[in-house]
Amino acid sequence: MPLLDMKAVRGGYGDADILQGVSITVAEKEIVVIVGPNGAGKSTAMKAVFGLLNVRGGSIVFDGEDITGWAPNRIVQRGICYVPQVDNVFREMTVHENFEMGGFLRKGDLSAAYERVYELFPDLKAKRRNLAGDLSGGQRQMVAMGRALMLDPKLLLLDEPTAGLSPKYMEQIFQITRDVRDAGVSILLVEQHAKQALAFCDRGYVLATGANRHEGTGQALLADREVAEMFLGG
Amino acid sequence: MTLLDFINFYLVPGIVLGSIYAVGAIGITLVFGILRFAHFAHGDMATLGAFIALALVTAGMDPWTALPLAMAITAGVAIGIDRTFYDYLKARPKIVTVMASLGVALMLRSVVQMLWGVDPTTYVTGIVRPTDYFGILLRPRELYTLTAVVLIVVGLELFLRRSKWGKAMRAMSDNPDLARLSGVDNRKVTMLTWAIVGALTAASGFMLGINTEVESMMGWHLLLPMFAAAILGGVGRVQGAVLGGLIVGIAEELSVFILPAQYKAATAFALLLLILLVRPRGLLNGKVL
Amino acid sequence: MDIVGLANYAVFMAILIGIYALLALGLNIQWGFSGLFNAGIAGFFAIGAYTSAIITSIPAAHRLGGFELPLLLGWAGAMVVAAAIAWPIGKICLRFRADYLAIATIGIAEIIRLVIRTEGWLTGGVRGITGVPRPFGDLPYMQSQIAYLAIVIVLVLLAYLLVERQLKAPWGRMMRAIRDNENAAAAMGKQIAARRLQAFVFGSALMGLAGALFVHFNRSITPEAIDPMIATFLIWIMLILGGSGNNRGAILGAAVIWIIWSVSELLTDRLPTELAIQAKYVRVFIIGLTLQLVLRFRPEGILPERQPVPPPRT
Repeated sequence: MPLLDMKAVRGGYGDADILQGVSITVAEKEIVVIVGPNGAGKSTAMKAVFGLLNVRGGSIVFDGEDITGWAPNRIVQRGICYVPQVDNVFREMTVHENFEMGGFLRKGDLSAAYERVYELFPDLKAKRRNLAGDLSGGQRQMVAMGRALMLDPKLLLLDEPTAGLSPKYMEQIFQITRDVRDAGVSILLVEQHAKQALAFCDRGYVLATGANRHEGTGQALLADREVAEMFLGG
Repeated sequence: MTLLDFINFYLVPGIVLGSIYAVGAIGITLVFGILRFAHFAHGDMATLGAFIALALVTAGMDPWTALPLAMAITAGVAIGIDRTFYDYLKARPKIVTVMASLGVALMLRSVVQMLWGVDPTTYVTGIVRPTDYFGILLRPRELYTLTAVVLIVVGLELFLRRSKWGKAMRAMSDNPDLARLSGVDNRKVTMLTWAIVGALTAASGFMLGINTEVESMMGWHLLLPMFAAAILGGVGRVQGAVLGGLIVGIAEELSVFILPAQYKAATAFALLLLILLVRPRGLLNGKVL
Repeated sequence: MDIVGLANYAVFMAILIGIYALLALGLNIQWGFSGLFNAGIAGFFAIGAYTSAIITSIPAAHRLGGFELPLLLGWAGAMVVAAAIAWPIGKICLRFRADYLAIATIGIAEIIRLVIRTEGWLTGGVRGITGVPRPFGDLPYMQSQIAYLAIVIVLVLLAYLLVERQLKAPWGRMMRAIRDNENAAAAMGKQIAARRLQAFVFGSALMGLAGALFVHFNRSITPEAIDPMIATFLIWIMLILGGSGNNRGAILGAAVIWIIWSVSELLTDRLPTELAIQAKYVRVFIIGLTLQLVLRFRPEGILPERQPVPPPRT
């Protein structure tokens, strides 16, 4: 049974349905990427998982439990963390305080969690007293992921983590994403850079106009002519 | 005029007044930064706090012992006001809450006038001579005021920097969506903010009262300098509010060099417009709503 | 009270309602249509009153003015000076969210109050200004009152028609579009900024005119005549209760609130002195509470804003 099983989900922010039936699964320790043209509903599909959407049809089952319609704070506690695309750090708080906020809901000793995060993002160790807002874009993205990882989630949702980053940082973020997966976390991410993302993920979904269009392993999708023509720039 | 005269007659009163403004302005900046609206009942909440302290003093307490108790009571009142009048407006545009707070200001003032009347009064009677500290003249109440302000500011800073819920308040001010994603309970932060703000207003009202007099319009007249101080320092910045408060207080005392004394209150307004014109984020780079 | 007394009282009330209706219309332009928070209405009202008084009153030894100029000049002056004070405030504060304008208008009202009290050479200080002429003031009492009422009604009607016309014009649709987007202020273009400024300045000018009407009705003015907070607040509750965004609502709100406010004053004045003073505060408390109740249970007011008219077909 997959860790996340989203079946034929319909819904939107207001009354209009942006998602017209999206089905996505994520297995344990898998990196799954959602790609698609602008307006395909990629980020919306992800927000549906995190309870930020009015879901009007279909079901979302996580780790054997139906979480359709749950509020985000309940979903967080169940083991899904979400990293928004923008404004995803506390700019006026230090790197370490960002991590503390990430662990806000956890009780007890958090030193193991801090250690794990700093191990994943060694660059941040020296900057732990710096304000997150003063860091570079790539480092801010690391802080954002680190904050989300503090709750020790089973599934991490990343909304366009490489948006606006240089190729060097993009590679680094992908590498970190793999490291996070290797640490036992499943990852669902939305990507604008379809080619690079499909090359690095385990499986991918291509969405168009709010519905599934293609799915398969990253390599298979990259090889698919229709997918390539659709938006990979030929 | 000698330097000592300048210090004794302008600077010291300016600093005392400024620290009173500072305590009020911290509250304004917290509400502005965390709850994101301009709270116009702030001054009249300070009036209420001052009168609660007066009631305690009348009942036989020493003024400075009455202060913490008055702060606690006003904190409760502030939470109650939020629950009763602001909370149900939170889904509406924030400006509606601003309007509601103007109504609350009027209600608080009329309650004070009903219970205590409109005649000015004082916590203690009799003239107190200042003590000479190497030429600088300070009255005990001024010394206590400055000490209390330092304690309040340091305590609050420690709370905001070190404690879990203090950090949650800063997180809410910094990025409310992310704070909620992190599991911070908005309701608790709101309540905590009002508790702190209520206590701070009471402190500012009391300290203005003990250094001047206690009367029903005192808080309303605090409102403009407090807002000027909060915006001058940078909305959301506690240290900015302190800095802004001191600047406004000192500027008011110094304004008599260029303006008739009746226009002291205009100084805050001039500073407010000036900062909005040249640097709306304030001296310490706060928020602009 | 006999019939004549009652009629006198009714006319007197109607004149004041008209003056308040002008204030509420001015606020409706600012808040109802444009989302601009003016918390210093009393200031603009006072400026209008004093300006017109100085321009038209008979000379007095202790202060400037007493130019005995025509009434219309006084009214125009009242509007111009109120507008001239509103302009820089709006220019500075309209770039930000409405909260900032609210703070600044509280400030300006406070400064105006200080100036009126302090600058005796200009405003007569606490003695105020007397000898303000009243149109048709030489007629017998009742006729004079009715004539003044007619003037007030004409002006309210004029203001109403003018504002209604503006609302149906592209101007009005644009204003509402801006108002309904809280964040638009930050990102808006120059043209929108100019429109908002127009709305603020024009609304303030109407408040100034209302002040002028008040001073000529009263024939005099003193600083005590205007309690800044209560006056401002009464106008707010008139507009919100009547129906913010609806001009008829503004006028209706002015009538309803003013009648309740004055009749309650009549009633409480009959109480023993001790209680009467207490009752005054109770009345203030109740208007504060009324606002909370309206905001909570009927935020759209008695006459809700009508749906914007569809644009004319071309």
